[in-house]
Amino acid sequence: MVTYFRPMTDDDRVFKALADRTRRFLLDLLFVRDGRTLTELESELEMTRFGVMKHLRVLEDAGLVVTRRSGREKLHFLNPVPIRLIHDRWIDKYTERQVSALTDLKTELEEEA
Amino acid sequence: MTTMTGTTGTVQVYRVYIRATPEAIWEAITTPEWTQRYGYGSPVEYELRPGGAYRGLATAEMKAMGGEDVVVDGEVLEADPPRRLVQTWRARWLGEGFTRLTWEIEEGDSGVTTLTVTHDVDGAPSTAAQVAGTVPNAGGGWSYILSDLKTLLETGRPLAG
Repeated sequence: MVTYFRPMTDDDRVFKALADRTRRFLLDLLFVRDGRTLTELESELEMTRFGVMKHLRVLEDAGLVVTRRSGREKLHFLNPVPIRLIHDRWIDKYTERQVSALTDLKTELEEEA
Repeated sequence: MTTMTGTTGTVQVYRVYIRATPEAIWEAITTPEWTQRYGYGSPVEYELRPGGAYRGLATAEMKAMGGEDVVVDGEVLEADPPRRLVQTWRARWLGEGFTRLTWEIEEGDSGVTTLTVTHDVDGAPSTAAQVAGTVPNAGGGWSYILSDLKTLLETGRPLAG
């Protein structure tokens, strides 16, 4: 059994949640159109309903997805604030200028390609 | 909670966990002394009763760029301090109608309070893009404002500008 010396922080949960391709895909789906039901999200994935639920649970625990009830339906919303917090605390702090120069370059090169 | 039926895709939800009391968060949202210290720094005026006016005033910087004195306006629909504030919200420079904004403050365990901002931007696509922070060079929208608010309340200082 693994013993942690410290409880997981909010940042740990966000990084863990983002470290999975399916979960990033779910966030991308919600970015395109927010407020979807489990059934709608499930139809976009080659995965069991239970599998999608498990991934959504990890995203919810990390605060990246917020659910709201609408009648009998549960709607899933992308919450970008945790990513913004990581951006503001880490990327801004150390590397924003270099990173934005590099991402600009990447965008430019990819547009030319 | 308001019904979300029929508004799918036009509602934006933002949530942040802040190590502060609900009262402190309420103050930070509704008083100009606080709103000048985070986000876009716009001082607010709230008449905290149903039907009361809401105004977000231009900062010196906004005025210098030729903005009007009142940049955002609206009406208070519900005010239940320090738990819930429902209002209409219009960014005057965008030329769109009023949208609906709900602030929910929920006290949690061990001094951490959940602040949820729900912005129903139905019929206002430019407002939706603005508050989502997807307009280039026009600020980071609610994510930026709430991230900065959290930093201010937890550290006493806004994010380094």
